[in-house]
Amino acid sequence: MFEFILERYNYWIVIALMMTGLYIVFSRGNLVKTLIGLNLFQTSVFIFYITVGKVVGGTAPILLGGHGDEGHGDAHSPGHGGAHGEGHGETHHDAALSAQDAVAAVHGDLVNQVSPGAGGEIVSEGHTSLHHGPQGVSSNSLYTGSSADEAPNLITREGSIDLSTAAHGHGAEAALDTLYSNPLPHVLILTAIVVGVATTAVGLSLAVRIREAYGTVEEDDIEAIDNKTLLAEVPA
Amino acid sequence: MLLDDLPVLPVLLPLIAAPICLLFPNNRVPGVFASLVAALSAILSAMLLADVATSGAIQYDLGGWAAPLGIVYRVDLTGALVMTLVATMAALTMPYAIRGIEKDIAPSQTSAFFAMFLICFAGLIGVVATGDAFNVFVFLEISSLSTYTLVAMGAKRDRRALTAAFTYLVLGTIGATFFVIGLGLLYQVTGTLNMLDIHERLVGQDNRVVRAAFAFIFTGLALKLAMFPLHQWLPNAYTFAPSSVTAFLASTATKVAIYAMLRFLFTVFGFQFGFMDVAFGLFLFLGMVGMFVASLIAVFRDDVKTIFAYSSVAQIGYMLLGISFATPEGVGAALVYIVNHAVTKAALFMAIGAVVYSIGSQRMPAFRGLAKRMPVTAGALIVSGLALVGVPMTAGFISKWVLIRAAFEATLPVSSLFLVLFIVSTTLLAVGYVGRLIWEMTLQEPEGQVDVKPVPLVMLVPMLIVTAFTVFLGVQADGLVSLSETAARELLDTGLGTGGAH
Repeated sequence: MFEFILERYNYWIVIALMMTGLYIVFSRGNLVKTLIGLNLFQTSVFIFYITVGKVVGGTAPILLGGHGDEGHGDAHSPGHGGAHGEGHGETHHDAALSAQDAVAAVHGDLVNQVSPGAGGEIVSEGHTSLHHGPQGVSSNSLYTGSSADEAPNLITREGSIDLSTAAHGHGAEAALDTLYSNPLPHVLILTAIVVGVATTAVGLSLAVRIREAYGTVEEDDIEAIDNKTLLAEVPA
Repeated sequence: MLLDDLPVLPVLLPLIAAPICLLFPNNRVPGVFASLVAALSAILSAMLLADVATSGAIQYDLGGWAAPLGIVYRVDLTGALVMTLVATMAALTMPYAIRGIEKDIAPSQTSAFFAMFLICFAGLIGVVATGDAFNVFVFLEISSLSTYTLVAMGAKRDRRALTAAFTYLVLGTIGATFFVIGLGLLYQVTGTLNMLDIHERLVGQDNRVVRAAFAFIFTGLALKLAMFPLHQWLPNAYTFAPSSVTAFLASTATKVAIYAMLRFLFTVFGFQFGFMDVAFGLFLFLGMVGMFVASLIAVFRDDVKTIFAYSSVAQIGYMLLGISFATPEGVGAALVYIVNHAVTKAALFMAIGAVVYSIGSQRMPAFRGLAKRMPVTAGALIVSGLALVGVPMTAGFISKWVLIRAAFEATLPVSSLFLVLFIVSTTLLAVGYVGRLIWEMTLQEPEGQVDVKPVPLVMLVPMLIVTAFTVFLGVQADGLVSLSETAARELLDTGLGTGGAH
């Protein structure tokens, strides 16, 4: 039990930050403080996403070596395709296997349904393996949990893209036995950070304008001033 | 080929046009330019709708990266319908805004205003077009951020626009962040962001993570669409925003959020997900409470814009009620309601904007004896007001009629008859506030001597077109009703897991 709690310490940080942020938003009357609370709240989500993508012992997802002389499409395909093709047999827990196969089957169907001839401009070889890309990603991020019996719980602290198997398929020796973190949540959260910065910028400039118009950034004072205006508007 | 890129063009055009708009001087050029872009987008959306209606959902891979690795745009009939609605409303409100903003915003902000307007428009269309769950968040925030600035620009006339925009910003950001948390949880469970892909992988999964994701996404979107207890940002934002912005927002922003809700409920989660009943129960209950409470508040307000802002909250309740039936008829009725209400509210807020332009006030005394001062505008207000109530031969009648018909056909936790009586009684409240306005306009004498500035033609024409729409949709309703029902059937099919991609 205690270990269960400790193992997920980043989630506790996320929850603590989230609640602190929301509390500040709701309880503080000062507009700038409200924005600070909003920022804390958003930061908690950033940490949450980073936690999702992090693999214990994993490095930055940069494929090292072995690709100098290859085309762009290839650089993607062997990694993902390989992870897909060999992932089943070699790297995963037995318990996870069946579930993974099920996902693979579902996924295969989907590809057939969704995109008949989609992306026809891509070289067809690269195309087929592209499809398997997210398959590799997902099955790993899903089922490479810390232990086999935890897999159905789906609370995965470690979503890994285990590209080591890719190397077998391709022969890039340098990538062998390297564990990578999942890059996708990082990319997503970069976008969310940009959105957060934009929101803060708009919020702060609104606060500046409010200060110019009302002479204060305290919500209670603003409300009092507004109520006076409202009373003046309504004819007696 | 141009036609192959149809799903992406209505999003791209305004997005590219917005920074160009910023380069123009602060005269009428940016407005004309933005109107042309919006009109072009509207034509393209209509072509897309015709295409989708004949040949089914269209999928577009951005950059040629096929799903689920790349981001796809996927437009089905529901999407095409809402997209056409948004684009048409933009094409009508933008020319209206060219002169309409004269009273509302500082002249130095003209080009910035239209740039923001275009970005907001692009964001709303993007939410509808995309088939990628995270993309929905990005576009939702693109449109929301520009909306905050648009609302704040009303500060020239009333500084309360600033505080309204600030409240909107805080609540909107909380909603969006909740939505992102939900997406993160969904990604943990499924490892994908493509909506159809998520749906395929969610089948048979019902655990705490999925439920938490559902709760977060539901709450986040409910905030964005102003579901009853989460509507606090809406009345002030609508009241103090420039009239043309209010007309555009009231007819599109909340509607697009409802569309996103439909998308996530039916396409992403689907009926297999056991928690759906909770959502429908909430829609039913909160929709009804919202219909009643918001209408009641509207009756006692003195600011005409506030009255119709609260009426918007109430009308969202009707749409949620339709969705809560969870039948093709119910969701179809909600779609009809979305279109009809969008048109009606746009007409109302445009007419109110014309009064603000001519008389300079949006409070009830300014409307006293309006039929004598501004007969055309008063006529438009009366027609669209009656359409809001749901008088036969108007759009509102059709939407209420299909909703009541769906209520009788659906199996519901409460008796259908009670529901229908409830709809009728809240309609009576609408008669209360609309009737009060009409009474003031027609039967009261104008107060004092005011200089009535004539309404420019460029404002009058869009206003009359939209008003004509409210009558047209009430007389020629078959097309829209059958289209909505087909769209809803298709949407619910995906939810049942039978539809999939095609």
